[in-house]
Amino acid sequence: MNTGPSEKKGMTIIVKTVTRLTLGFILLYGIYIALNGHIALGGGFAGGVIVALSFVHVMLAFGKEVALKRLRVKNLRIIICVAALTFLLVVLSRFGGARNLLDSEIMIPLVEMAIVGAGLFAIFVALALLAKGDKDSE
Amino acid sequence: MEIHLILIFMITAAIIAVEVKDLLSSVVAVGAVGIGLSMAFLLLKAPDLAMMQLVVEILSLIILIRATIRKDIPFSTSGRWAFNTMATFAFMAIFLAAAYLALKEITPFGHPLMRVSRMYIEESMAKTGVLNIVGSIMLNQRVLDVLGETTIVFAAVVGVLAVTRKKWKAE
Repeated sequence: MNTGPSEKKGMTIIVKTVTRLTLGFILLYGIYIALNGHIALGGGFAGGVIVALSFVHVMLAFGKEVALKRLRVKNLRIIICVAALTFLLVVLSRFGGARNLLDSEIMIPLVEMAIVGAGLFAIFVALALLAKGDKDSE
Repeated sequence: MEIHLILIFMITAAIIAVEVKDLLSSVVAVGAVGIGLSMAFLLLKAPDLAMMQLVVEILSLIILIRATIRKDIPFSTSGRWAFNTMATFAFMAIFLAAAYLALKEITPFGHPLMRVSRMYIEESMAKTGVLNIVGSIMLNQRVLDVLGETTIVFAAVVGVLAVTRKKWKAE
């Protein structure tokens, strides 16, 4: 990942290298927790929080410009809204007995993970942008 | 026995979190309370809740440390301490009395009072084919509750984004 001029920001080179190596695994673990909620522990909420934590990890290590370049704020809002409407559609489609239309063991944890992950990361970004005043915390 | 040790640890950490002067130490003590709560859930054989508590605790601790702690947060230590102490003791007495009355009526651990919860435990595996019973109840019988819970999360996120919307426009 070539970060260019923002290489100076964020934490030390050790933290950045470890973040590069572990980011994909943390993201994959969150998706695994969400999708295996019916077999093992976890569920959509815990998986979503782990997905949000992986982006928070990038943001803490590389500074907020790199993290926001990868996942724009506008896209976050679109993800949250589309996932919420999909969740409503899935639940309402169960009333007519349409069990096979959208398989609930896959779809409900997936959309819940999207809502919780994107939402908590958006809250973190909002609070970080709100604290823009103090420069030395960057 | 272990649950009592964890409870004593949590209560001590909570008192430290309230009483300590440094804000960062207070946040660390709040994190210790959360980790103790996660271990208590694990001891009470609720690993689902323990994992959720641990993950949410880490995220909220990061948010508290990274995004809200600043140098110029006003920290008031003086005030009406006599009234505050009296109110604290009065509330503690009311809470302990209510908890004693409520815990006297509760059924023993593992004996559900309602017929519907017994039906969940006995029949959910055969009816849904989902191994994790918590996941089975959340995804099938109680899916409307999950919808409500996610609606609360959605409303909270939209509320935070609406409060900080000027910053978004500037970004």
